[in-house]
Amino acid sequence: MNFSGLIQDFGPLTITGLAQGAIIALFALGYTLVYGVLRLINFAHSEVFLLGSYACLIVWGLFGLDQNSATPNMVAVLGYLLLGLLAAVVISGVTALGVELVAYRPLRRRNAPPLAFLITAIGASLFISETVGVVTKRNITGVPPLIRPTDVVVIGNMHVTNLQILIIVLALVAMFVLDRFINRSRLGRGIRAVAQNPDSAALMGVNKSRVIALVFLIGGLMAGIAAVMYDLKIGVTRFDAGFLLGIEAFTAAVLGGIGNLRGALLGGLLLGVLQNYAAGLFGTQWLHAASFVLLVLILLVRPTGLLGESLGRARA
Amino acid sequence: MTTTETPPTGAVPAAEKKNWRTSGGVRGWFGRQHWAVRTVLALVFAAVAYLLPYAGDVPVLGPQIITEGIDWPSALFNMSYYVLLALGLNVVVGFAGLLDLGYVGFFAVGAYTVAMLTSPDSVLHTEWPWLAAIPVALAIAMLSGLILGWPTLRLRGDYLAIVTLGFAEIIRIFATSSETLRGDRGFSDIPHPPGSYADGKPIFGVADATPYYWLGLSVIILVIFGVRNLDRSRVGRSWLAIREDEEAAEIMGVRTIKYKLWAFAIGAFIGGLGGVMFAGQQGFMNSQTFILQFSILVLAGVVMGGSGNLFGAILGGALISYIPDRLRGIEDPIFHTDLFGFRFAIFGLVIIAIMIFRPQGLIPSRRRAMELKDREKEVAPQ
Amino acid sequence: MSEPHMETPQELDAANARPVDRAMPTGTVGRSVGEPELSGGRSGDVLLEVDHVTLRFGGVVALNDVSFSLRKGEIFGLIGPNGAGKTTCFNAMTGVYRPTSGGIRFQGESIVGKKKHEITRGGIARTFQNVRLFPEMTALENVMVGADAHHKTSVVGALFRLPRHWQEEKAGREKSLELLRFVGIERRAGEVSRNLSYGEQRRLEIARALATNPTLLCLDEPAAGFTPAEKVELLELIRKIRDTGVTVLLIEHDMRLVMGVTDRIVVLEFGKKIAEGTPAEVRDDPKVIAAYLGVPTDAA
Repeated sequence: MNFSGLIQDFGPLTITGLAQGAIIALFALGYTLVYGVLRLINFAHSEVFLLGSYACLIVWGLFGLDQNSATPNMVAVLGYLLLGLLAAVVISGVTALGVELVAYRPLRRRNAPPLAFLITAIGASLFISETVGVVTKRNITGVPPLIRPTDVVVIGNMHVTNLQILIIVLALVAMFVLDRFINRSRLGRGIRAVAQNPDSAALMGVNKSRVIALVFLIGGLMAGIAAVMYDLKIGVTRFDAGFLLGIEAFTAAVLGGIGNLRGALLGGLLLGVLQNYAAGLFGTQWLHAASFVLLVLILLVRPTGLLGESLGRARA
Repeated sequence: MTTTETPPTGAVPAAEKKNWRTSGGVRGWFGRQHWAVRTVLALVFAAVAYLLPYAGDVPVLGPQIITEGIDWPSALFNMSYYVLLALGLNVVVGFAGLLDLGYVGFFAVGAYTVAMLTSPDSVLHTEWPWLAAIPVALAIAMLSGLILGWPTLRLRGDYLAIVTLGFAEIIRIFATSSETLRGDRGFSDIPHPPGSYADGKPIFGVADATPYYWLGLSVIILVIFGVRNLDRSRVGRSWLAIREDEEAAEIMGVRTIKYKLWAFAIGAFIGGLGGVMFAGQQGFMNSQTFILQFSILVLAGVVMGGSGNLFGAILGGALISYIPDRLRGIEDPIFHTDLFGFRFAIFGLVIIAIMIFRPQGLIPSRRRAMELKDREKEVAPQ
Repeated sequence: MSEPHMETPQELDAANARPVDRAMPTGTVGRSVGEPELSGGRSGDVLLEVDHVTLRFGGVVALNDVSFSLRKGEIFGLIGPNGAGKTTCFNAMTGVYRPTSGGIRFQGESIVGKKKHEITRGGIARTFQNVRLFPEMTALENVMVGADAHHKTSVVGALFRLPRHWQEEKAGREKSLELLRFVGIERRAGEVSRNLSYGEQRRLEIARALATNPTLLCLDEPAAGFTPAEKVELLELIRKIRDTGVTVLLIEHDMRLVMGVTDRIVVLEFGKKIAEGTPAEVRDDPKVIAAYLGVPTDAA
């Protein structure tokens, strides 16, 4: 264990963790939303993210950008970013809807047991990620260097880069808008109603199927944003990127209290930061292991996550 | 308890009979047969299973069944340890109702323990024979089940799922990163099972996987007997009670934590057994062997086959191994690559299709009316 | 949601509000040391003693300083209007809730903080207000789960089919069939309990509870939803159970049923005990009339 290293690098580890946590948090929203409404783990959400992370690459590729391109000028970067975001968000959203349509809706109509949903979601996840794997020959795909990380703020040894700021700000804005949407809008009210009591919500005239589709869609949109930021931050993507980060995102959702939107944000940021502290303490290879140990410890003390499961009803 | 196996006779109440018929299927039909018929059928089934390595010699049908890109006995051996894993996971998920997404962890524990104790690459330098390592490996696998279960079984189902997933990831990360477990370099020269033919050639060689398959099959049969005994006793009843209403079960005197822990330990034991078999056949393994998709595949097999049903688990376990292996060596018309590369992708579609058309699994679990036996007449004169 | 919030007591009864934390340190084995034991000489016939029990859920007081005791071999009624805390009291006695303060002693031994299955094996069995059978099990299997409570062999015995395990299974099965006959539904033994009629399910629950060899059987509104004819049969069954030496605690709404069968009654209202005595005494108690029988009924 390397305590002095942790203390020395406390600042850098924190800011790296926050940026990573912001991505995880956005990704986690998809799990939390679906869980909040359906009480099911959407295992295929990781692939919603994966396709988003490729969608923006494809769009950038259409403009002749690859990992060896030079960084374009500010205006072009902004344009590319918006286009990339748009592509990722659209593809992720469509994928999420597709997953709902193929893997969830038929089972819902048949009143299948909860485990069956998990399995079809696993099937969808396998299908998507493995198809990507075959098409890309399981190689990593590089990301064009749209944003060269440059230090914007330097406090001691803590260097905050423009990319990190972009990621954190974008995540917070997305979260804020979503929170507003769920809590203020009519559609958001429908989501909350179904989450609290599907039967009486149906009696009150809420279209449950539409709410469920909406929830998948929103989760997909958020995952799309997360995917673009992930590409920019990591610089490469691969067919199993969604799966690996998906586990983290789900952990974050559970950590904050699955079904709870703010819990996802808290869980994501906390997970990102603590992971990096653990990496500083034990070495980078233990980064992922640390997050699980953390999860177990927290669940043992607070069995419903840090903030509880507020989107849904209380469970006996 | 031969008495419990005696099928209910004509004295079964009408409602009972109807219930069996409606929940029918293969399993229902099987359950209605006389015990002698069932024994004969089981024996025939076992004989066919033992003869499977020669399936290629069957005219017309044979060549369709056997695999092309991998030799058939090896494919059969792969199936045997997948079936073993499915049987073990079925105890955890199907019987006790605990969603375990990291079952491969126990498989890894079993295999790694064998490797550590037997391989010359190990830091232990014990170089035990394969057989001697088995008890230790199984004990450690069971222990790991208890260690994982003890703090986590108080958690609710969904959380348990993610924690078990994490457990398997931790084991994989540990295998990749720790110097002792050698990461990618792995362990080589893990000894094979003992025994040799009259001419001195080892039974368990590298060329032919048939003996390994027979060994695996024999282990499976033993495991089936053990698991079935458990399922038909108070243990199985307790698991079912926990699954249906945990609090009511506890109020009726069921020690819920104890039985859930047992389910975990038994599942871990069987998973460890699979790992032991695997290590003994492969002779080499490294951290790449135990990918997480593996646990998920086994879970999919169990649920696809019919969670809580032994036959379903066996079928599911066999399919998740057979389908990909069958795809090996077949070229796809679009990308002109080996279809084996698509195995998980195709598998994903198959899983979705099966679950949509048979959400209860291929062979659904049917609650048996076991205890009735021949006292029926006395109880319900008709 | 673990947050306590304001609800009426009967809502709390229905929800599983704050079950006793299983991880809590308890005097799990043998007699707990801290609790003063009820000396056998002082009141030899006391089976269960509820001693100044208070139970709070957040701000709501579900039970307020309730004390009463059950004597061996009697049929004891616990009555009160809806939300009076009857089921809460029940849950405290069977280990589902842990009293905020006060003690509960069974056969002189404190059962506060004990695990549910320990309390059951100690001799308190119960049924549920809303039937909670194991729906996919047959009637016989349901009862066998209860019978298993006192069996010694477990996984190892079952795995290797040891003779002792075999004997226990056989004995358990026979005892369970016996009990099914006792409650009068032996013909349904092989039926999946989900398919039983409502009345049969209630009887099955009683058989399952009896299978745990209870000294005290707690019945939570066993006659709810019964026709008058079924109620009469139930009365007979309860008496039959008492005649086998089992003490019966009965929570019931139906006054006629309670008056007809119980030896003594405690009346709860808003979590407080307002009366105690023989059915005749209770019936004439003005407080009870005000609280419970306020509206004149044909109950008596």
